[in-house]
Amino acid sequence: MHVTVRLFARLRDIAGAGELQREVPGGATVSTVWSALMAEFPEMSPYEKSISCAVNADYSRFTATVADGDEIAFLPPVSGG
Amino acid sequence: MGAGTAITTTPLDAAAIVRTLDATGIGAVATFVGLVRDNNLGRKVLHLEYEAYEPLALRGLELIIAEVSEKWPAVRLAIHHRIGRMEIGEASVAIAAASSHRADAFAAARYAIERIKQIVPIWKHEYFEGGDVWIEGATADPDNVEARDKAMKAACT
Repeated sequence: MHVTVRLFARLRDIAGAGELQREVPGGATVSTVWSALMAEFPEMSPYEKSISCAVNADYSRFTATVADGDEIAFLPPVSGG
Repeated sequence: MGAGTAITTTPLDAAAIVRTLDATGIGAVATFVGLVRDNNLGRKVLHLEYEAYEPLALRGLELIIAEVSEKWPAVRLAIHHRIGRMEIGEASVAIAAASSHRADAFAAARYAIERIKQIVPIWKHEYFEGGDVWIEGATADPDNVEARDKAMKAACT
């Protein structure tokens, strides 16, 4: 399956891009995608406990199953206002 | 008139945002405007750059408006957040809460800014004298009851 990964703020800086195209196995969850990302960019590991996620621009959970074509966003702790 | 929520790169105008709210039966409007401060944690701030995951940020703002409607059904709320580069003293966020009486207007505006800081996917990149840093605040989880209670407590005490 093919997914688009969206990264913001410091995560975007670490990856050097705000958008990545990645292949993931069938049955993958958001957690699967995140684990692959941490393996690719070990500098992201400290965010394990503090990030949240979104699927197709809606708040989601790491346990959510992803589908082909989904946009998976990883959100470092937010600081708006 | 205009939408109750906006993520925009253009300068914010609180008075214009107030005018987007239906004034029927309204006796009080509380506005909150957040500004770029010239210092943070002992650092001399030069400017800020805000980044958003725009579709989700808009959804987050809508969610806050829905939460406010649930708690204060008569309150009308508008929230505009600016993104991009901002200089010291410029407005990064503007909230207008209109109600029949002042208490609910103040409370709703306070609740909204607390929730923005908790759940809306917007990030500030601080450029200060000697470096730059991404500011990281709260883990964005709209279902976190503890965070929501904390925002409500800030609004209602």
